[in-house]
Amino acid sequence: MGDTITLVPELLARRRARRNNSDCGELWSALDQVADPEIPVLSIWDLGVLHDVAREGNQVVVTITPTYSGCPAMDEISREIKGLLSREYGLDATVRLSLTPAWTTDLISPEGKQKLREYGIAPPPGRDATDRVVACPQCNSRDTECVSEFASTACKALYKCHSCGEPFDHFKCF
Amino acid sequence: MTKISGNEHLFRYVLALADDALVLGQNLSEWCSRGPYLEEDLALANVALDYLGRARMFFEYAAQIEDKGRTEDDLAFLRDSREYRNYLLHELPRGDFAYTMARQLMVDVFSLEYLKALCKSTDETLSAIAQRTVKESEYHLRRSRTWVVRLGDGTEESHTRMQKAFDDLWGYSHELFEGDDSERALVAEGISVDSSTIRNEWDRVVNEVLSEATLKRPDEGWAIRGGRNGIHTESFGPMLAEMQYMQRAYPGLEW
Repeated sequence: MGDTITLVPELLARRRARRNNSDCGELWSALDQVADPEIPVLSIWDLGVLHDVAREGNQVVVTITPTYSGCPAMDEISREIKGLLSREYGLDATVRLSLTPAWTTDLISPEGKQKLREYGIAPPPGRDATDRVVACPQCNSRDTECVSEFASTACKALYKCHSCGEPFDHFKCF
Repeated sequence: MTKISGNEHLFRYVLALADDALVLGQNLSEWCSRGPYLEEDLALANVALDYLGRARMFFEYAAQIEDKGRTEDDLAFLRDSREYRNYLLHELPRGDFAYTMARQLMVDVFSLEYLKALCKSTDETLSAIAQRTVKESEYHLRRSRTWVVRLGDGTEESHTRMQKAFDDLWGYSHELFEGDDSERALVAEGISVDSSTIRNEWDRVVNEVLSEATLKRPDEGWAIRGGRNGIHTESFGPMLAEMQYMQRAYPGLEW
């Protein structure tokens, strides 16, 4: 394992750089408290939704990238961001929805994928991954079957595991 | 006739794409709680949600282009039927499950190819919307394709109903490839997609699915058009009335 080099998709690397080089470092960290309302173990950073935090004059502008076209969580997330920054920093932040670059599941951080697995959701493979088998998040078996392409939310598919018999959600690769 | 400016063309083009998505999303959402079983119910509701989300992005952009203070909600809920310019195929009633899936296959194959092309649009916002939604259409098509094959190559009854659905809907497919003045006006600048270029690939994929489903490609003998000119079918008025009821009854209502 010690020799493994984790490849980081370019978009994710750029986003990390944006965070590391930002002069709003504290705000980025504070926003780690904002989670996806449908997958509460995942912060908006882990999910790849938090695109940028920047000062424009006296204003703080938080840019988020919507996941799915019809994802109802975006309104909720915007409210959470504004509430948090107002509560903890007395800031009247503007939340901007940006469509570019388009969100993809490659923006989910490796930590985020691990958290998904622990939460019982099989994480998405990379867009370019050659191994598309969805392993069971409970028992790691690769003997699984897709029951429905659409599950409890737009971003998930429903699977069942033939080894342990458990049904589970799979975060679709987008 | 007054000359239409480039900006006006862009507004009309984006608005028509918004109308297509909204009207289909509204129709599909009627399946909510009426799907044949739970997973399918969820799937259809999710597809409907994708279309409504798609509509919101297009409406929001249209409102921005128009720049007259109208919001996405105004455009969706406060226009009359003649101002809607969606393709007729999108507005037809949901019918039975076979009918819904036949339409979905026809629309999904079209949308996937159209959006792939729109990803290359020189208009940054349109390209961004396309890049997001094209992936959703991939999923939609996988499902509608599976259903058409399963029902077409199923029992005698499912086969008959699937064939009837395609026979009834076929004449509405032609206008998908004809576009309108605004779409054509924006092709040269690389903003819009020329729908007629989608035709071959659409034919190829749909023929492939029909043959796998043991269905016959319907006769080409009839075609109905008018959606992009605001001429609608009988069912459109009642659908619009239901969709717009809340905003009409309580103007300015917000959730």
